[in-house]
Amino acid sequence: MSVLLVLEERDGRIGRISWEAYAAAQALGASANLPVTTVVIGANTQALAAEARAKHPGKVVRVEHALLAPYTADGYTIALEQLIRAESPEYVLFPHTYQVRDFAPALATRLGEVLIGDVVAIGDGPTFTRQLMQGRLNGAYRHIGSGPCLVSVQAGAFRAEPLAAAPDGDAAPVSVFTPQLEASQIRTRPGDPFRGAAQTVDLASAQLIVSVGRGIKEAENLPMVQELANALGAELAASRPICDNGWLPMERQVGSSGQSVAPRLYLAVGISGAIQHLVGMKGSQCIVAINKDPDAPIFEVADYGIVGDLFEVVPALTEAIKAARQ
Amino acid sequence: MKIIVAIKQVPERDAPMRIAGKWIEEADLQFAMNEPDAYALEEALQLREKHGGEVAVVSVGPERAGATIREALAKGADRAIHIVCEDLAARDALGVARLLAAAIRPENPDLVLTGLQSEDLGLGQTGVIVAELLGLPHSTLILQVEKTGGGENRIRVKRELEAGWFQFIEMPTPAALTIQSGGNKLRYATLMGIKRAKTKEVRTLAAAELDAGGEPVVRLEQISLPKKQKSTQILPGTGKEAAAALVEKLKFEVRVL
Repeated sequence: MSVLLVLEERDGRIGRISWEAYAAAQALGASANLPVTTVVIGANTQALAAEARAKHPGKVVRVEHALLAPYTADGYTIALEQLIRAESPEYVLFPHTYQVRDFAPALATRLGEVLIGDVVAIGDGPTFTRQLMQGRLNGAYRHIGSGPCLVSVQAGAFRAEPLAAAPDGDAAPVSVFTPQLEASQIRTRPGDPFRGAAQTVDLASAQLIVSVGRGIKEAENLPMVQELANALGAELAASRPICDNGWLPMERQVGSSGQSVAPRLYLAVGISGAIQHLVGMKGSQCIVAINKDPDAPIFEVADYGIVGDLFEVVPALTEAIKAARQ
Repeated sequence: MKIIVAIKQVPERDAPMRIAGKWIEEADLQFAMNEPDAYALEEALQLREKHGGEVAVVSVGPERAGATIREALAKGADRAIHIVCEDLAARDALGVARLLAAAIRPENPDLVLTGLQSEDLGLGQTGVIVAELLGLPHSTLILQVEKTGGGENRIRVKRELEAGWFQFIEMPTPAALTIQSGGNKLRYATLMGIKRAKTKEVRTLAAAELDAGGEPVVRLEQISLPKKQKSTQILPGTGKEAAAALVEKLKFEVRVL
């Protein structure tokens, strides 16, 4: 019995969100009195295993096979199903990444289970809290199946503690698990990742950002927000629907699929604050939200809020800023 | 190409959040097509326009989901299957996917499309589970689908990765894909489309008759309104007053003016 944590590689190293999931695994392990086993997976996992070992004194398993690079849903699903059947863990945790979303539901299905995905908190029971209704509601879920409980952890929900290096003598061994995997079982052929359009706007280094969302209603209304950004000397950014509609280029998109920003001021205009947006901006030093809906989740992270019609507030704000600047 | 699109009816955005037991008060709500599913439908309609074939939609939901199904037909889907299920909330993701898979399996489609997630529960799993239950290869967060040349039954899809990265993936059909928003522009139903939708076939199946089996393994125990992470200072007054108050804050507290 154990808590199995599947770490994910990002640019050759274990990604930060995996260490956040590690914090969740440790907390769950402590409350259920179960040891944590970390898992690295790929075609060559030596360096990742060493990185895991340096932070985690418990068991480290290297799931290694030539067919596990590049990532495919089939390869990961087959390999991890075999590992889980061999290890019989009580819990299997993942960071909630695009990659995990791609294979973990299929893995759970093979085990007759359902992934409890995108978890933001773990309570007694344990219950697993995830967000519903675009972040406007929380739901507490409980696993009632007989097999392992699979959980993925949202980015930023748990704090990745700085971990002390494990003392050499006490560390559990690193083991290698070689899954049975045939080339014919991998049905998809992934190409190399590539960047979208050349990035000419570096939102990440902007000090001030004015960001616009669905509340703007029409592309024709954008100049009003651009004018506010100009008055402030801010970069203009947007939530996904604005870029989906082609009203602003994709490179101005803030959120999980766009850029992550942490400016001194993030002024959100007509943005409700779905989690996919919040993860890209909640580290901002000061967040101001203008929205007509007082229940919009953006107000959960805002320092200042104006509940009102943006078509009144934004022009008034632009004028007031211009006056203050004179 | 025969394409099945799984669509879901969800509460409209900005729906009031009045907690009633384990869900919100449904009497308060207006319902609409889940937007990611609308993108999946759009991709399917465009594939049909390019390659011919048929687009059928399938939806699991109570009677009221019929309105969303009609909307899909009005936008151009050829026919529909409505799995009438009044106890959707009692089923977990696997339970709902089993119903969809049971209805899709006899259709033998070339492609199964659905949105990457629903706007109400946000599970983001249904498409992948359906793929697994049907034994189909899958990929998620797809922005674009094209047939590859050579007469082989293969497609190439553009998948969104994190932080502005993409990749192309090739796979055989039949396959299942979850569609990300923004790959296409959504069409509106035309008056002619709405008229035609009334004569299109909607086959209803009772969830109980599908014999999709399985007890839930995950249960929603409780819902609650989220706690604020920060104490937001709401600036009151008219637009003009609130704007003036905000400028004061930006000047003296945030110090960006």
